[in-house]
Amino acid sequence: MFAQFGYGVLVVTFILSLFGLGAALRGALTKSYPWAESARRAMLLTFPLITLSSLALIYLLVKSHYEVQYVYSVTSNSMPLYLRITALWGGQAGSLLFWAWLLSAFTSAITLRKWERDGEFLPWVILVSSVTLAFFLALIIFFENPFVSWWQTASGEVAAMFRPAGAVSLTPRDGQGLNPLLRHPGMIIHPPLLYLGFVAFVIPFAFAIAALITGRSDDRWIRITRRWTMWAWLFLSLGLVLGARWAYDVLGWGGYWGWDPVEIASLMPWLTGTAFLHSVIIQEKRGMLKQWNMLLIILTFDLVLFGTFLTRSGVLSSVHSFAQSAIGPMFFAFIGLTFVSSVSLLIYRWNDLKAEVELKSMFSREALFTLNNLLFMGVLIVCFWGVIFPLISELVTNQKVTVGPPFYERATAPLFGALMLLMGVAPLSAWGGSTIKTLGRAVWKPALAAGLVMAVIFAAGVHNVVALIGFGLVALVIFVTLYEFWRAALSRRKTSGENFFLALWKLAGRNRRRYGGYIIHISMVLMAIGILGIEVFQTETQGTLPQGSSLELAGYRVKFDSVAQFDTTGGRNVTRAVVSVFKDDRYLGDIYPRRDYYYESSQPMTIPGLYSTLADDLYVILVDWQPISASGATFKVYHNPLVNWLWIGTVIFIFGTLVAAWPEKELQVAG
Amino acid sequence: MKRNFWFILVVTMLALAWVRTASAQQPTPSDDDVNAIAKQLYCPVCENTPLDVCPTQACAQWRDLIRQMLAEGKSEAYIKQYFVDNYGARVLAEPPRSGLNWLVYLLPPLAFLAGAYILFRAFRSWRALAKEPADDASAVGELTADEYVARLENELRKRG
Repeated sequence: MFAQFGYGVLVVTFILSLFGLGAALRGALTKSYPWAESARRAMLLTFPLITLSSLALIYLLVKSHYEVQYVYSVTSNSMPLYLRITALWGGQAGSLLFWAWLLSAFTSAITLRKWERDGEFLPWVILVSSVTLAFFLALIIFFENPFVSWWQTASGEVAAMFRPAGAVSLTPRDGQGLNPLLRHPGMIIHPPLLYLGFVAFVIPFAFAIAALITGRSDDRWIRITRRWTMWAWLFLSLGLVLGARWAYDVLGWGGYWGWDPVEIASLMPWLTGTAFLHSVIIQEKRGMLKQWNMLLIILTFDLVLFGTFLTRSGVLSSVHSFAQSAIGPMFFAFIGLTFVSSVSLLIYRWNDLKAEVELKSMFSREALFTLNNLLFMGVLIVCFWGVIFPLISELVTNQKVTVGPPFYERATAPLFGALMLLMGVAPLSAWGGSTIKTLGRAVWKPALAAGLVMAVIFAAGVHNVVALIGFGLVALVIFVTLYEFWRAALSRRKTSGENFFLALWKLAGRNRRRYGGYIIHISMVLMAIGILGIEVFQTETQGTLPQGSSLELAGYRVKFDSVAQFDTTGGRNVTRAVVSVFKDDRYLGDIYPRRDYYYESSQPMTIPGLYSTLADDLYVILVDWQPISASGATFKVYHNPLVNWLWIGTVIFIFGTLVAAWPEKELQVAG
Repeated sequence: MKRNFWFILVVTMLALAWVRTASAQQPTPSDDDVNAIAKQLYCPVCENTPLDVCPTQACAQWRDLIRQMLAEGKSEAYIKQYFVDNYGARVLAEPPRSGLNWLVYLLPPLAFLAGAYILFRAFRSWRALAKEPADDASAVGELTADEYVARLENELRKRG
């Protein structure tokens, strides 16, 4: 009953979104307020309706209605309540419903704003949102329906939405259960955050298209969606970092980022989104790069769709499975259609979007920001091509190839290095008219200090060139950013007479985006410290140990104490080793690397034992063991220097983004 | 002189042969020796999983095969080629540099250079178009969100 209800509500919502689309189009073309208002109300209704449908699915998941195919495939009797709820986005059909639910929530939220000043945008924003929503609802209703049920017919079991003639309902006693890899707190929060980021980028895209269609060449669409974009970017970034943490904790290969196509799929919209966040500032301040900003948000939107397509169509395992997948070609067509139509619109408006102010200096802040965009695009090209090439190779030569970490690391490292250099130099440049001389005057002190840091690191015995350059750039960014805070606060203190800290506080309050941005820069270089640490200095060893024996690595000693095997809740068989960690013969504590084996899916999982400090992580994996005597076991030990700075940087990153995205008083009046 | 050269060459060859025989006779290569090679190979079955960390039984057997080949004195290059011959180029972390695969290496730098060239041209044309002499301070003043920030910008520039 709930399955039919959930499906019925979705069908109604689909029809409503089509109505909203039509009404918005009519309202826009005839400049009819009632039609635009009608479209707005239709859009507002989609949110409670998809919420109802999602609740129906959650009810089915929680109450173990295994007669529903989706429930059967992602839950099982052994799964706890919270995992049953989060199974909503644990499988393909459910995650598409979740996508649609988020989109309806965001679109409803945006239609609730005050539209007096921007009434002409309203119908077009609704049109773009409802086209996207209708596309996702169509995918769910016609191809990936989470409410399809099992039926027993004379010819066997079938899955169908409605009872076939002569069939009886079939209810399996237990489900297959959620993929064990997804039963981790990181994986529970990671997809919703990533999806929040993905879907939220639809809104600035919708405004950009509205601006293109209505022919508004000013930066109004950017100002309206500025904070929205910041939040989208925050969620997308957090989604990425949580995914990295999940990989570190669950996948058991000693790292956090493997340049897997699925990871890259979510990195690509982040790259264009980050470039966009920087380049819109140039448009706001200088009236430049209008065409480029349009292109960036179009790219971001289509890369969001492309990311969902890559992970959902099966194209990554083989181009042939893409052709067999029901939604793959649909996605492909929708991406193509939206990209071609958006770019055509942009070309149509190209001349209206010419810059108002011309570039005066190659060393001005706008020039450096543009350079930053070029570098982000460079990383994007590497990522896009690296993901696409194996598919092309398979299509053309029928030969599968792997484009793995060595390719990406070699190609992106110099680009990321150059981005860090810009992060260090650009804050010291001025809008409009820096020259090499003024910029040089501003940069030489922090550059000298960064050089000294490099010398100290070199003297301390680090002779790796990549590490030396990397740490030097980190130091440069930190010095420049602190210097910026310091001299701006001093300047304010001089004019206002406030004490230094009050001046600093008020300064950040008056220009939140700028100083929030600086905090984000600091967080980025802290993350860079973690990345450099693990990428350049990671060491590893592996050995089979009799009980009581030890392995040594990077000054640590790990002693194998015992191993035990037992069944536990959640349908798991756990093999858990107890390992003591020593440094310089000082006992530091026990860690417990383990192997979880899930009976339902016959899938093993390797959970590392972790001894973590600010300086390094000792990461121990249980590779193998003697099942009968339990007297010997094979361990793989990784020493990951500085990796914790990656996670510390993330916390500061959240703070910085909140500062940047927090509403400013001036904006509240304007918006 | 010439005799010395031949003498050194023969001794070097003998030494190398001796070292090679010694390594070939190494009874059991360590896990680290195996992983050093397995790390560079990708599991022929699982998607995008390096062979040294793949938890499947099949990969454990492939690691044993590497160990066995190392014990037989096979070189790293030989072992990698063996895997390519048997399971295709996808076992390598990067496509071999031949034929169509060159595209993967050449296209990104070419595209980046093209982008840099376009940007450079755009910079030049923007500068040529700039009619001047709108002074910077007024540009900042008119475009900055509030007066205070404009003042600050000016102050910062003065302090340099």
